[in-house]
Formats: sequence, structure tokens, C-alpha cells
Amino acid sequence: MSATIDQLVNREYQYGFSTDIEAETLPPGLSEETVRFISAKKQEPEWLLEWRLKAYRRWLTMKEPHWPNVTYEPIDYQASSYYSAPKSIKGVGSLDEVDPKLLETYAKLGISLNEQKRMNGVAVDAVFDSVSVGTSFREELAKEGIIFCSFGEAVREHGDLVRQYLGTVIPYSDNFFAALNSAVFSDGSFCYIPKGVKCPMELSTYFRINQATTGQFERTLIVADEGSYVSYLEGCTAPKRDTNQLHAAVVEIIALDSATVKYSTVQNWYAGDENGLGGIYNFVTKRGKAMKNAKISWTQVETGSAITWKYPSVILQGDNSVGEFYSVAVASKMQQADTGTKMIHIGRNTKSNIVSKGISAMKGQNSYRGKVHILPKAEGARNYTQCDSMLVGNECGAHTFPYIEVQNNSAILEHEASTSKIGEDQIFYLKQRGLDAEQAVSMIVSGFCKEVFKELPMEFALEAQQLLGITLEGSVG
Amino acid sequence: MNTMIAAPALLSQATAASASEAPEALRAERAAGHREFEANGLPTTKVEDWHYTSVSAIAESTFAPMQGDASGVTAEQLAPYIFSTSWPTLVFVNGVYAPSLSQTDNLPAGIRVLPLAQAVGELGDVVTRQLGTLAPAARDGFTALNASFLGEGVVVHVSKEMVIDVPVHLLFVVNDAGVGGMQHPRILMLAERHARATVIESWVGLTDGTYFSNAVTEVTVESGATLHHLKVQREGRNAYHVGTIEARQGRDSHYVNFAFTTGAQLSRTNVYTVLDGEGCGTTLNGLTMLDGEQHGDVQTRIEHAQPKCFSRQMYKSILDDTSHGVFNGKVFVQSIAQQTDGKQTNNTMLLSKTAQVDAKPQLEIFADDVKCTHGATVGRIDETALFYMKSRGIDNDTSRQLLTYAFAADVLETIENETIRDELERITMRRFTSVTD
Repeated sequence: MSATIDQLVNREYQYGFSTDIEAETLPPGLSEETVRFISAKKQEPEWLLEWRLKAYRRWLTMKEPHWPNVTYEPIDYQASSYYSAPKSIKGVGSLDEVDPKLLETYAKLGISLNEQKRMNGVAVDAVFDSVSVGTSFREELAKEGIIFCSFGEAVREHGDLVRQYLGTVIPYSDNFFAALNSAVFSDGSFCYIPKGVKCPMELSTYFRINQATTGQFERTLIVADEGSYVSYLEGCTAPKRDTNQLHAAVVEIIALDSATVKYSTVQNWYAGDENGLGGIYNFVTKRGKAMKNAKISWTQVETGSAITWKYPSVILQGDNSVGEFYSVAVASKMQQADTGTKMIHIGRNTKSNIVSKGISAMKGQNSYRGKVHILPKAEGARNYTQCDSMLVGNECGAHTFPYIEVQNNSAILEHEASTSKIGEDQIFYLKQRGLDAEQAVSMIVSGFCKEVFKELPMEFALEAQQLLGITLEGSVG
Repeated sequence: MNTMIAAPALLSQATAASASEAPEALRAERAAGHREFEANGLPTTKVEDWHYTSVSAIAESTFAPMQGDASGVTAEQLAPYIFSTSWPTLVFVNGVYAPSLSQTDNLPAGIRVLPLAQAVGELGDVVTRQLGTLAPAARDGFTALNASFLGEGVVVHVSKEMVIDVPVHLLFVVNDAGVGGMQHPRILMLAERHARATVIESWVGLTDGTYFSNAVTEVTVESGATLHHLKVQREGRNAYHVGTIEARQGRDSHYVNFAFTTGAQLSRTNVYTVLDGEGCGTTLNGLTMLDGEQHGDVQTRIEHAQPKCFSRQMYKSILDDTSHGVFNGKVFVQSIAQQTDGKQTNNTMLLSKTAQVDAKPQLEIFADDVKCTHGATVGRIDETALFYMKSRGIDNDTSRQLLTYAFAADVLETIENETIRDELERITMRRFTSVTD
């Protein structure tokens, strides 16, 4: 079987191609000038430039955090380019004006921006390096009063809304990478769902890093007004390169009273090769604030990136608010993942539910780091946490770092964790039923992840399942 | 990041202590302790292992080394803390061995229990083999501090294949004469191959004054040996207590530790063990009961360094008033430690609205063929259980008392020695119910 395994281990990263497109790329380096340049390039109002500069100045005083359970070479922040845009993008217009080369790239990634050909009715905002190349289904969404556009466009056309909510959940001073993002973020998606509106389709952002030396710093802001509902998807890929590229994104979600936001991510950045060469450093800050009776649900499938450092969190501010976190994180090859969540219970009768499934294979190191904090006023708070790890092979590692902080005795918390391997007897049983070893493992793994996959929207669930299969193929012998 | 409190007063005392006259065997370790303390100081809450426990109160206070004045302590005063008068007992009063209150003539053959100073001469190799090797001064500021004051303490040595049925009791007492003082005893335990013994380490405060106990215990459990080690911490209400236990286990050995904690205004108990032989195992259990403004922190670390080892942990705490409980349990599984079986449970009951708990059950696993689980719960008395009892005609108060006691009894029942178990159950029963005996 080892020949097949070798073959599979050395399998190409499917999205590893790069698009040869003329781009306007800022030379590497970061200074106040860079920040001003990006802001000017995007024709931003004065207040946003001021905000960026405040973030930049704060960032200079901050130190890169090293508490996550990951190791990497120091990052040279001056070696990266902070802005890169395909030259052919002239401004935001209809999709017809988008460079065919870009459309081709997205088609190759399986993301069709062409609305007519779209079968599954998902509105997509496609972000290529530093800019958004196009957003589909805009008119249809506008009928409902839903704003879904690139961040740059939102700043220009819905400046007041952006100004009202930007940085309210993740202030620019939040952490090192959030501060960096606040200073140099180039584009991203903005979404506003008006009062009482149930968004008729899934909204989606697709991130693509193309240029070799750029970092990607996008920012997503989702505002769900009272009683609204939205399901949001995020996908990401990058070309295969020998150098490490930095991806420091920020996602902010505001769910006002009785709103529901469901945010799903399938993260498949290039993970580097089996020797740990290349790959994306995925240092992301994601946080939502749930007001009265609101619900925020994070679902993530993390299979890519050389290093993942990400803790989608929920501040349960309003009474009866609900926070959920469902995660499957895979660390294979030389990948390192330190991921989990934070649930901050502030309101009464707040509930949180955490299900985390970690899979480590080959030389991957997978850590779950989560915090559940019940503040003194959170009467009747309830948390259930389950984090399971699966190890495949004896060179990988699985780690759990849960923090439980309770300051109110009416809270009920349960935390469970387990670590196990795929049992010989399980494989034997399935083989005896006619499955080969690979199929058996894939079946066991999907069973292991089922609780999380069922939270994903249909299209994503299928993609995730396949992705998982590809990532883990060959790691079993 | 500021990770160190310099504690200049303690440092100058440590400098003096480590330079004072000492037996050859202790000198090097004292020097190492002093060096490490100078370099590391005491940890701040920025240090991950001390995140929930601030020791700045210790660093800012001034304590004089205790002088061991035993004149004010009588056998009657100690009676409530002695599990059985027929057990060999070594009493340390205000930091110094008190032979007049101790009873060692009833030690059975096969076990030797000597004060550290005497053991340096008589059990030289037992001391040098263990001292500072299991709990190196570099571990943390408190261990370093203990090392620089090295001098008082006790050595327990169980010879190979000896089964000692009678528990040995090490009792550390502080009374009014020790107020404002500090003690840094070092305890060494060695259970040679296939030996079996039970040792109780008791910490008692007969005063409401402030003092500081900083103990380090180094334990070796050789192959096939079984050691039951109980730590009963009933320090005075205003005392500071930091105690570190570090064990290393050989093949097929079993180390059983039980930490019973009710005392001190600020206490920290570290129980660390390395499963360093194939097929060995450890059982670490504990019960913490706090009230008032007490702060109690229990940390465990189990390192699975060899295959086929097991570990079991059950820690419970019952917190009342504005007390603050902390539990941090770590299980490491090294890549060669295949077929590890680890289980950890941590339950906390909060009796009052203002009690607080922080828990961090942690797993770090580098081997694939392992079975490790941990579970943690926090809550108050189960309303449905309460309702059930009340519907059976038991009044509210009694039901609450019974449920609270039952929560604690669950872990107390794991104590093997009947006398100790009964006594700790009685203490717990008295704490939560009106039942006097």
C-alpha cells in the first residue's frame, strides 16, 4: 500500500496555480506612507485614514504575540508588499467589465461569478489580492434592502454605516495582527441586512492571494439589524509558493436584537509542502457581538495554511443570546494549527455551544485553545464544550488548552475532551465489509466530523468533505 | 512582558541563607537555588502557570526564617490533627524538627524516617541521589527559594520489597511563635522496588497570624513499588502555603496522591509526576473546600514518558463566600508513550453567588495510540436532585447539606486507608452539616 500512500502524499495542491496578470503592486515595506497610499488609492474619507493611522501608531508599540503553540521564523514586516491589485480593474462596475483572465481564475477555482451559469444561488464577492473584483447578485439583494459589496465600495457609498460599526467589536488596538490589519487592510466585504429581513441566498466571499510577496489583509464587516437572518460563507485559496505569505484578516459581526448570523469558513490556503516549505501564515481575528436574543454561529473547516492562529469568538452581550462554534481543524504535513474560540457570557441566560474536532496527521500539530468566561452578571449562563482530537501516525501532536472562568454560581458548564486514534479494529471491520483502507479511514473521519459538517450549508459540506479526504489521503498506513 | 517579581527582601534573605554553614551535601543545591531565585524571582500572573494566582502579597511581605520554638505546643493541641497515636509521627514546629512531640520508636523494620540533617549523614546517597534532581531549582521561583534555604526537612526511605502497613505521618505545625515567619522544608521520599507504604504530609496552623510555608517534596517510586501519599493542608486562615510535589516513577509502579485542602488565605499545591517506566500508573485525587476570602490553586502535571502507562485524576472543589478556586491539570504524552490511558475529571460546586473558579484542563499529546479524556464541570447544587429529596420529605437545609457532602464524599471514598478516609469524611461532614460525629 505504501506506493499509493507516497503518491497521495505528494499529491499537488489543487489550487496551487498562479494567474499571470499584470498587477499594480506596492514595493515591499511598511510605513505611515504605505498606510496613506492605500487610503488614497481607495479614495477614503479623512476619518478612515485617521483611524488607520491610529491603528498603525498603536501597532508600532505592540509586540508580536508568541503564546500560541506554534513555531515559525520571525516575520519581516518590511519584506511584504501591502497592496497589490490587478491593473485591469478600473473601479467597481458590473461583472461584464471584469478582466476575462480573472473570471477564468475564479472559474478554475470552481467559483463562477457569472450569474446566469450560477445554479446554486450564492452571491459572491470575489477578492483578488488586495481588491474586490466583483460581486454577483447585487440587484437581487438590493431589492430586499440588503447591502452586499466590497469594503471599499461600502466606505464610499455607505460611509455612515461603516463608520458606525467599524471597530466596535474588534477595536484597532485589540491585538497585534488586528492592529496591523486595521492599518493596512485593503479590501474585504461589507454586508448589511435590514430589520426583519431574511437574506434569500447565501452570501459568500472568496479570497484569493495571487502575487508572490504580498500579504493579504482583508476586513469583513457584517451587520445584521434587528430580527434579520443571514448565512455567510468564506472560502480561500492561494498559489503554491516557496515563501511564507501573511494573511491577517479581521471579521467583525454585529447581530442586533433577535438577529441570527451564521458564518461558515472553508479555509484552504496553501499549506506548504511536506518539509514545511512555503504556505500561508493565517493569523486571523474573528469576533461577533450578539445583542438581546441574537445568535451568532461560527462554523469552520480549517484544512489549509502552514500556520493557523484563529479564535472566532462571540461576546454574548444581550440577554438570551446564543453563541455557537463548530470546528474541524486538520493539521497534516508540517502544518500547525492553534485554533478555538472564546465565549464571553455577559447577559443573562446566555448559551454557548462549542464542538471542536481536531485531526492531526503526518507531522501536523493541532491545538485547541478555548475560553469560556462567565461574568458575574450572567445569571443562568450555560455552556457545553466538546473537543475531540484524532491522531493519525506517531509524529503528530494534539493539544487542548481550555480555559474555564466562572464568576456566577448559577452558571452550568460542561467540558469534555477526548483523544483517540483510528482503531485497528474499526479499520478491520470496514475492510471486512469490502472497503479499502483509504475508504475506511475516510468513512471514520467523516463520522468523527459529522457533528460539524451538518452545520455547514449544503455546497460547503460537500466541498469540506472532499477537502478533508484530499488532505488526509495517504496519511494512513 | 513582566514575568518576574524581584522580591528584594526574600532575595537578600536567600543570599544569607545559602551562604550560611551547611553540610557538604546541601551546599551545591543551596547555591543553585540562590542563583535561580536571583534570576527568576517569583512568578507574576503573566506566567502561564500562575495566570490565576497572584503571589505579589508574598513578595511584598517580610518574613523572618522560623526559629523552631516548640515550647508553646502541647501534645493535646496536636491531638485533633493526628490520625492515630499508634502511627509513627514526625512533628516539625515552627519550621524545625521537634523530637519531644514526635514518635519514631514505633517505626517498623524496612522503613527509615529521619530529619534531613540527620539523613545527610546516615542516608547520604538517598539524599544526594534525589535532592534537586526531581524538583530542580530552575523549576520556578518557589522551588528555588526552598533550595536556597535548604536545611530542615525529612527523608522517608522504604527498603526494597518491604510492605509497610502503618502510615507514617509528617506533621508541620505553626503556632503564634511562628507568626511573621517562613519555613522551607524539603521532603524526600524513596520507595525502593516492590516496596509499599503510605505517607501523610500534614500542614497545620494553630494561629490566625500570617506566616509562609514553602515546601518541596521529591518522590521516587521505583519499579513495582506503590506509594500512597496524602497531603492534608489545614494551615491557619491567614497563612500563605506553596507546596510542590514532584515524583518520578519506575516500571509497573503506582503513585497515589491525595490533596486535601481547606486552609490558608492563599495556597498553591503542585503535584507533578513523570511516568518513567513501562506499565506504571498514577492516581491523583483531591478535594478543596474554601470559604471566606480564601484562594486555593491546585496544579497537576502528568508526563507520560513511557508506553502503557495510565493516569487517573479526580479533583473536586466546593467554594463558598467569595473564595476563588483554581485548577490546572496537564497531561503530556510523549511520542514513545503509546497505549497511554489517561483520564481527568474536575468538578466544582459553587455554593455562593460570589465564589469564583478558573479551570484549565490541558492535554498535550504527541503519540497516536492513546486514550485520553478530560471532563470539567462547574455548577451549583442540582435543583432537580434537591427537588427529589424534598419531595421525599427531607427539608431544604438537610437536602442541601447531604448533596454537598455527597459531592465531596465521592472523591474522599477513593482514599485507601480507612482511618484517614474516615477522619477526612468526618471533617467534611462537620463542615457542611450540623452532625457533630
